[in-house]
Formats: sequence, structure tokens, C-alpha cells
Amino acid sequence: MSTAAVVEDIRPLIALLAPWAGMIGIIWAGEKRPNLRELFTFIAASVQAAVVLSLVPIILSGAVVEFHIWQIFSYVPMLLRVDGPGLLFACVASLLWIATTLYAVGYMRGLHEHAQTRFYSFFALSLSATMGVAFSANLLTIYFFYEMLSVSTFPLVTHMQDKEARTGGRTYLGYLLFTSLCLLLPALSWCYVWLDGGHLTMDFIEDVGKVGHFSEATQIVLLLLFTFGFAKAGIMPAHSWLPGAMVAPTPVSALLHAVAVVKVGVFCVYRVYADVFGAEVLANMSGEEWTMVIASATIIISSLVALSQDNLKRRLAFSTIGQLGYIVLGAAIATDRGQGGAVLHIAMHACGKITLFFCAGAIFVATGKKYVSELRGIGRKMPLTMGAFMIGALSVIGLPPLGGFISKWYLALGALDRDAMWVVIVLLISSLLNVFYLLPVAVTAFFRTSETENDPSFKEAPWSCVVPLLLTAGGCFLLFFWSDVLLQMVGLNP
Amino acid sequence: MSDHIVWIVLFPLMGAVACALSGALSKKLCYPISVISMIASVWASVHTMMQAIESPVHEISYILGGWSLDLFPRGVGIEFRADLLGALITLVVTGVGLIVTLYSKVPVQRETPGKEPMYYGLFLLQICGLAGIALTGDAFNLYVLIEVAALTGYGLIALGSNRAAAATFNYVILGTIGASLYLLGVGYLYLKTGTLNMVGIREVIEAQSLYDSPAMQVAFVLVLVGILIKMAFFPFHAWLPNAYCHAPSTTSCLLAPLVTKVMIYVMIRMVLSVFGVEFSFESTLWTEVMPWLVVVAIVCAAVMALAQREIKRMLAYLIVAEVGYMVGGVWIYNYYGLIGSIFHVISDACMTLCLFLGAGIILEKCRTTHFDGLRGLFAKMPLTMIGFFIGGFSIIGLPPTCGFFSKWYLITGGMVSERWEYMVTLMFSTMVMVVLFFRLIERIHLAVDESGKNLGKGHGDLGLTEEQTRFDEAPLTMLVPLLIAASIVMIIGVYNQEVVDQIEVFLRAYNLPTGVSYK
Amino acid sequence: MVEDGSIFSQLLVNRLNYFIYIILLLIGLWAMIAKNNLIKKLIGMSIFQTAIILFYVSIGVKEGATIPIYLPEHDPHGSHLKVDVNGSEKMLPPEVLESSLVLGYSNPLPHVLMLTAIVVGVATLGLALSVCLRIYRGYGTVEEDELLEKLEREDARNTGRPRRRRPRRAPSEKAVATEKLKSGNPRPRQSRTNRKGAKAGSSEGTRNDSTKSVTEKRKTVRKPRKKTSPKPKEDNS
Repeated sequence: MSTAAVVEDIRPLIALLAPWAGMIGIIWAGEKRPNLRELFTFIAASVQAAVVLSLVPIILSGAVVEFHIWQIFSYVPMLLRVDGPGLLFACVASLLWIATTLYAVGYMRGLHEHAQTRFYSFFALSLSATMGVAFSANLLTIYFFYEMLSVSTFPLVTHMQDKEARTGGRTYLGYLLFTSLCLLLPALSWCYVWLDGGHLTMDFIEDVGKVGHFSEATQIVLLLLFTFGFAKAGIMPAHSWLPGAMVAPTPVSALLHAVAVVKVGVFCVYRVYADVFGAEVLANMSGEEWTMVIASATIIISSLVALSQDNLKRRLAFSTIGQLGYIVLGAAIATDRGQGGAVLHIAMHACGKITLFFCAGAIFVATGKKYVSELRGIGRKMPLTMGAFMIGALSVIGLPPLGGFISKWYLALGALDRDAMWVVIVLLISSLLNVFYLLPVAVTAFFRTSETENDPSFKEAPWSCVVPLLLTAGGCFLLFFWSDVLLQMVGLNP
Repeated sequence: MSDHIVWIVLFPLMGAVACALSGALSKKLCYPISVISMIASVWASVHTMMQAIESPVHEISYILGGWSLDLFPRGVGIEFRADLLGALITLVVTGVGLIVTLYSKVPVQRETPGKEPMYYGLFLLQICGLAGIALTGDAFNLYVLIEVAALTGYGLIALGSNRAAAATFNYVILGTIGASLYLLGVGYLYLKTGTLNMVGIREVIEAQSLYDSPAMQVAFVLVLVGILIKMAFFPFHAWLPNAYCHAPSTTSCLLAPLVTKVMIYVMIRMVLSVFGVEFSFESTLWTEVMPWLVVVAIVCAAVMALAQREIKRMLAYLIVAEVGYMVGGVWIYNYYGLIGSIFHVISDACMTLCLFLGAGIILEKCRTTHFDGLRGLFAKMPLTMIGFFIGGFSIIGLPPTCGFFSKWYLITGGMVSERWEYMVTLMFSTMVMVVLFFRLIERIHLAVDESGKNLGKGHGDLGLTEEQTRFDEAPLTMLVPLLIAASIVMIIGVYNQEVVDQIEVFLRAYNLPTGVSYK
Repeated sequence: MVEDGSIFSQLLVNRLNYFIYIILLLIGLWAMIAKNNLIKKLIGMSIFQTAIILFYVSIGVKEGATIPIYLPEHDPHGSHLKVDVNGSEKMLPPEVLESSLVLGYSNPLPHVLMLTAIVVGVATLGLALSVCLRIYRGYGTVEEDELLEKLEREDARNTGRPRRRRPRRAPSEKAVATEKLKSGNPRPRQSRTNRKGAKAGSSEGTRNDSTKSVTEKRKTVRKPRKKTSPKPKEDNS
């Protein structure tokens, strides 16, 4: 269905394997040589980012890059293909990995955390799996990397190894593996068994829309199974793993739950909607509006819950669930601008949310405070941190000149393309709710109170925590100004 | 030269005699003799596999005693037939046997000191029996070899502690009932068809259209019930947990992956090659009833596995559940189900081997396999744990291990035949296995005890002494076989298409429904 | 009552062999399940296998047939006869008979098969009896109910939980008690009930000694500890 030129190149595989090489280096350096170990992570992250960025010109010129790894079944290969949305996701993930590593170094050393070698190794593995998801060319490949991510993030989630980590790990893995083994795998194998004599590849370019051969009822059931089966996308009610996973250290929360893990989930959902079902099949499906309703419900409900959370990380977690709902909504809208807006939102939200998580972690490292009610006036002593928080919050809310505005704009346009006015209303209401639960944190931080003048525990966070969050806050601005490049990548010409 | 097929069985036989005799000279000779004879046997089975793939009819046939098919009708001499299925199973048997032989040096010395000649003698005879079961083409010879394998198995288990001997008694009784029922079934088969050769029996059934004959129906039931008892299909599984749990660790490493799987091979052989597809699937009611029995079997076994607090017992119940998978794969009556079943035989042998090798190493180093004694093993024995959990992830069915692919084919088979009960049970038991293995990971990795109380001083401290968390890996003769087994699990997963190609060539000779497909 | 075709005649006259072997089979099966003594179970197993042997042999029987050894008139050469053919000695194979003559001989194949089955049965019985002997030496009983009780107690005591390491006391109470048990002293009964009340792994010495037989316990009381420490160095061989 696509007439893009195909370039065979090993660079996608290099991007996938760089973290593995880094992991070997990390384990070899070990606890005895922490600086060398951190250096290996930086090298791996830089190599990965460099490789991914070097692919941008090729993609902007309209071609796709492919690399064939392994023949899984005789008719289904494990194929890596780099196209616009995948490359955008990969760029975001790999660049933010560098920022997060810098942040993690400061955070983990600041708190004298244990088992840092294990932490960095599984971090690298998770990024490798993320690259795999971004570059997958067919449904089975994306499933393999999705499962790899679930398993490789488990040691990160249970890093603290105590009772809360056990509960959090159980919730995390319980939700993820239950949905992927019991909902996703049957849906997946249904497509592979019944289409085209059982010899279909379910390739994202060639086999778009083949699911249209099923009956209407089967199609809607499959769509729902895929939506809930990719539980990393956080659609309610398969969302509870996300607040539960907040027991992890903040770098884990930041990257994985604001960028890698949840974005993998929602990217997979986008791929299913856009490249397995395709816009035509979705438009002709009668019950398809229900997926939009489910996504909208997720957005509204999670925003309302976020309002009531006092723990900052939990508030941000519910905010993430809502923002993920935007992306699923955009995918479900099934128009070009809607789906393009969804992919853009992956990038914009990643930048904004990771800034917010970095700030939350920096506050914890500097002052030990976790609750929003305790943060009054902290901005006086941590101006950089709270300034960045403000920028991240504005990006998530969606105000120009920050990146979040572009993606929400295109989502609204995409909804109007389909004459779904109610979606625009949902977007407006949820943006309003975002204001209510994010801005007060930032604003009251700058109020002067009598306690903050004398509280000795308020001080700025270590520089290796502050620098990354300033970088990502700057990134939110940059994404606005580079939005035309991004729009071109997702196939929406500005 | 097509008699490599006999050498597969002869090398272990000669090795067994040599071991038993060498006991008079020195007990230390037994290990090298066993390793050499197993390497020779593996070489012969690889050769046979190659020959079977290249032969135009995809099978190798060898009549023992020289009763060649030119002069005498089929069935006068005992035939060894290695078609693709038999060759694959033989390769698995001898391969697993080699790995366990390599592994056995340290545990045998520790658990059955002074009894090495007897132990290795029985060990090699067991391999001889199992390989023979996979190769024979004669129904009565199959009974003899089943009993050879069974008797040596009883001996291997009873060579352990007294508790093992007590567990063996139950196994002896049940195993003998099973094998005798099979023998009875063969009697009826002989009665009706006049021949004992497997191919010959099927030819007579087809020629004389014996599909509704009561004698044949009785023979079918007797043969299959006998095999079901021997493969520990629920509710005939009662002998398995005790026997495998209390046996010496090398014995359980050899028996657990192989015995039940070879019996499933026997069932597939009986159903496809002896009775034929038309008889087994269409003239009996088994295709309607068995999937429901399978559902009960898998659910009960999975739930009982959840209740265990000790690794080897948990693994024993997992074997019973896996047997349920394979039996279900056969009786849902379609092409993909049988591919899944046969592939699962191969992959389950490898992953069970991984798990039991790991459990044996844990027993060796920690003196216990109870969940309470496992904390901190990731630091103490990281390589062993990697090997063990590769087996564990394969049982759960995470790609790219071989367990994922066998589950894939079984699910496909369930869908094509619209056996939703089987599919739902597969999903349920997969979730139970996730719980089982991740609970184990929690016990090893987290500083929390069973009741949820924090141990240690926080920040990853597991509350253990320095000595308990020091790196102290297993001896190399135990570790290397485990890592080889783990890599085989991954390799079979990655190269599953090559294996499945051979299985498909085998299955194409039989008319199995492949299901409807949309364009 | 004994007319042809009635169920009575069907069972007891036409198919007597099946009837008899099934009765024997069921007797054997009942013995294996219901009898308490392990040896009686094995006798039941033996009866079970014998029933099957009886079935096989019975299906080879023909009315008026003789044993399957060539009668002299059917085999003039005999199997050891060397015949001079063109001056060279040669062994001729046995004559192939026409089918009408074959009907006069019983079918030898079931006999042959059953010889094998008898051998298998003997081997099984031998092995099972030695297992029984081992059980007797280890647990002092061959009654199933007593044995199950002892096994349950042993399993409860020996759940496999890791033991806390305690300094070795020698000889342990258990070794003394079992010594007294061997000599028939009634006192050990008390100590056995004491053991019943003791918690798992808390009172006695470390290694569970019931894995060794009663006779071996005395010998191995002192040995184990010394073996374990040099082990890590040896194991890399």
C-alpha cells in the first residue's frame, strides 16, 4: 500500500544492539568502577541516539529503512523497519535516555542507592526493547519486543526490594502479563490463523486493512482486545499498574513510565489502529466510536483522580494515564491529522512529562518531600527546578509556545475532520483539568511563607539532577519550533 | 549404511555392561564410560536424523535379525523404523541423556556414593530403553522397551534415599498396571489383525475396514489408557510428584524431561501410525471427551503446583500440566494441534531439563529446594539462575524461547478446531505459571518473607550473611550442562521453523484437518 | 439355560478364556488396591500379569492342534541335517508348510511373546521385592497403613525447609533411640512420640538421618560435617 523506497541498512539493528553492548560493559565495570560504568551507559546511549538521528534525513526524504533479523515462522520475519512515526518515537526515547542517565547518576548517587549495576543494565535492556518496538515492521515482532520490555522492567520496578516493591511488582507484572497473554495473544493469533490461509505476515505496510475480511463483530472484538491487551497504554481499567509502579526510583518512573513503557504501549495501539486496521476499516466499522468513548472516559476520569492525589508522583502518574488517553483517542479518530497528532503527542508529552518527573525526583533528593501540600514556597530555594516544572506543566496543558500545543491542536483538527465535536469538548475540558492539577503546584511553590524562609531542608538539588531537567524543559520549547520537521516525519505536511 | 539406527541403542547397552563390570576395577571409570557411550549414541542419532531427512520416503527402516522385506512379509522380523518423528524424539532422548550424563558427576558421587557402577548401568539402560521406544516399529517390542525403561527408572529412583524407595513402590504398581494394560491391548490387536508390526496393523485395519469392530475399540481403549497411566495424565498422575521429588537429583533430571514425553510420543504413534487417523479420531468418541478431561487435568495440576512450597514438587506438578497440554494438542484433532503437540514434546523435554538441572544445582549448593532457603541466589549463583529462569520463561511462554512457539501452535490448533475450552485453559494455566515463576523470583530477589514482613535493613539488604551472598557458583560439570540446556531452549525457539518443517513433512502423510481460512 | 446364544453360554462356553482372564485380572487389581501388605500387593501384581499371559496363550489355542514343533512327517530334513549337495555341505531351512497343515499346530507366536512377558514380569517382581526389602529396612514395616503414617510424619518433619545450623552433638538422641529400637527396648516408643511433638528442624541435630537405614545410622553419625568443608575446592575437578 505504500510506495516508499526501501533502503536496506544495518543501522536499526545497531540502535537495537548498542544497549546490549553497553550492558556488557556495565556488568564488566561493576560496582567497583562506578564512573567507568556510567561512562559505558553514556556511550551506549550516545551511539544509539547518533544512529537514530542519522536516519532522519533518509526518512524525511520519503524512504523507509529495513533490516531483516530472523525468520520467526516461514511466513513471518522479525523485520525492523524505520518509518516516520517509529523514528520519531525512537528519537525521543534515545535522546531522553541520555538525559535520564545524567539524572539517574545524580539521583542514585545522591541517595546512595544499592545495586546500581543491576539498575543500569536493565535500564539499557529496556531501551533496547523500546527501540525494537519503535522499529518493528509486523505485529508479531512488535509483540516480541513488547514482552521483552515487560520482563526487563520488572527488576527496575522492584528495585527497592521491600514490601512495597513486592506489591508494586505484582500489580505491574500481573496487569501487564495477564493482558498480554490472555487478551493480546489470542487476538494476535486469531489474525495470523484466519487471514490469507494462515500465511499472512501482518506487515504494517503491506497488510493494512486485511482485518477487514472478518465480520463486523469479530473486528470490534479484536479492536477491543488489542486496545486492552496492550495494557501499557493505560486505558482504563487496565491502568492500575501505573500508579502501582510508582514504587520505583524516580529515574525509572521518569523514563519508563513517562517515555518508554507507556509510550511503547500507546505506540503499539497506534500501530494497530493505523497500520493493522487502517483508517478505512476503522471508518467503516460501526462500533468504532466506542473506542473513542473509552479513551475519552480514561482521559476525564484520570484527570479527576489526579486532582485528588496529594502524592506528587501519583498525581503525575494519573496525569500520564490521561495523556495516554489522548494518544489512543487520536489513533481512534482515524483521520490523518488525528493519528498524526497522536504520534506527535508521544513526543510532546514525553518531553513535558519527563521534566515534571525529574522535578519531582529532584525535590525528593534535595528535601525528601513527596507530597504536594508540603511544597508550598519551595520555589524560593529551588527556582530552577520549579521553573522547569512550570514549563513542563504548561507543555502538558498545551499552551504555546510549548510543544504540547501543536499535538493538541492537531488532535482537535483531526476530530473536526470527522465531525466529532464532542472530542474537541473533551480535549478542552481535560486541558482545563490539567491546569487545575498541575499549575497550582508550580504557582504556590513560588509563594513566600514564613516556614520556607527558615526551613533548612529546602535547597536546590544537585547539579546533575538539575541540568537534565533544564535540558528537557528547553526541549519542550525546541519541539514547538521544530514542529514542522516533526510534522513532516509523521506525514502531515504543515 | 543404514544401521546407525541400531547403534543408537547398542552404544548405551554396551556402555551399561561396561559400567557394571568396571565396578570391579574402579568406580571412577563409570563416568567416562557413560560419557563416551552417550556421545557415540548422540552421533548415531544425528546421523539417523540426517538419513531420515534425506531419504525419499523420509524414513529409515531396519529389520533386526536380517528378516529382510524382500524375502519375508513385514512383521516376521522386529522392525526399527525411524521416520521423522521418531528420529526427532530419539535425538531429543540421546541429547538430553548426554547432557544429564555430563551433569551427573558431582551429584551421583554425593547422593549415591559407592553405587556408581549400578547407577550408571541403570542410567544407560534407561537411555537404551527410551531411545528404543522412539525407534521401534513393532507393537510388542514397544511393550518390552517400555518395561525396560520403566524398570530401570524404578531402580534409578530407588537407589536414592529410603523415602525414594517408598515412593518407588507406588510407581511400580501403577507403572506395571499401565504397561500391562498396554500389553492387553496389543493382544487384542494381534488377535484381530494377525500382525504386530505397526505399519502392518494399520494396513490390515484399512484393508479389512475394522473401524467398528468391538475388539479394535477395546484394543484402542486399553492401549491408550495404559499409555495415559504411564504418562501421568491426571488422574493417573499420583505416582509422579513423590517419585520425582524424592529421587536423586540426577535421576529426576533424566526421568522428568524424558519419560512422560516419550509416552506421549507413543500415544501419537499409536493414534496416527497404528490405528490411523480415521479410526482414532472419527470412529471413537475420544475427540469429544478428551479435551474436557484435558481441561480438568491442566487446571488441577496447575492449581496443585501453586500450593507447593518446594521447587521439585512444583516442577513435578508442572510436568503433569504440560502433559495435559500435549494430550490436548493431539485430541483437538487438527493439523496445528498435532504440530503443537509434537513440538511441545521436544521443547518441553528441553525446558524441563533446564529446570531440573537448575533445581539439582540449587539442592547441591544450598542443601534445600524449599522456597525459604532461596533468598539471595541471584547474587550467589547468577549463571545458574539465568539458566533456570530461561527454562522458567520458556514454560511461561515468553518469546523467543521454544515454549512460546509450542504454545502458539497449540493455541492455533485450539482456534482452528474451535475448542474454546482448551484455549481458555491454556490461558489460565499460563497465568498460573507466571505466578509460579515470578513468585519464585520474588522469593529469591526480594527482602520480604512469605507473610509480607520486610527483612534486612532496607536498601536491598536481604538479611543474609556475607557467606550466603558470596559468589559461589556450581561446579563446572554441573553448570556447563545447564547452560547448554538453556541455550538449546533458545536455539530451538529461534530455529523453530526448521524443526516444524520436519514435523510438517511427517504429518503430511496423514489426513488431518487444517481448518477454514478467509482469503 | 445352557442353550447356544444365551448370555450364559456366550460367557462361559464360547468365551470362557476371556471370562477367566478378566476375573483373574480383577482379582489382581483388587489385591493391588485393597490389600494392606505390600507383599500381598505384589502378589496381586503378579496375578494381574499372569491373567494377561493366560489371555495371550489362550488365543493361540486351536481345537485338535498339537504343540508348535514340526512333526517328523512334515519336516523330512530336520533343522540340523546337513545335506550333501554337489559335494558341499549345506544347511537347509525348514520346510514351508501349506496352510491346511499349519492349522494342525498351535500358534507359536503368543507363546513366544509370553515368554518375554514372563521374563519382564519376573524382573518387575524381583525389583519390586527388593524395593520392599529396602522399605522394610528403612521403615521397619511392610504394612501400607503403618508405612503411610511413618512417611507422613517424616514428610512433616522434613519439609525440606532449610535447617538452622547447630553444632554437632554426638551421638544424637535419634541414634541412641534407634539403637534401642533395634534391641527391642520399649522405651523408644516414648522418644518417638516426643519427636512427633517437636517442631520441624528445631530440636535434633542438623542432617535428617532418616534418609539412612537403621543399620547405617550408627556408622554415619560422625562423618558428614567433615566432608562438606573441603567440597568447594574439590568440585572444580
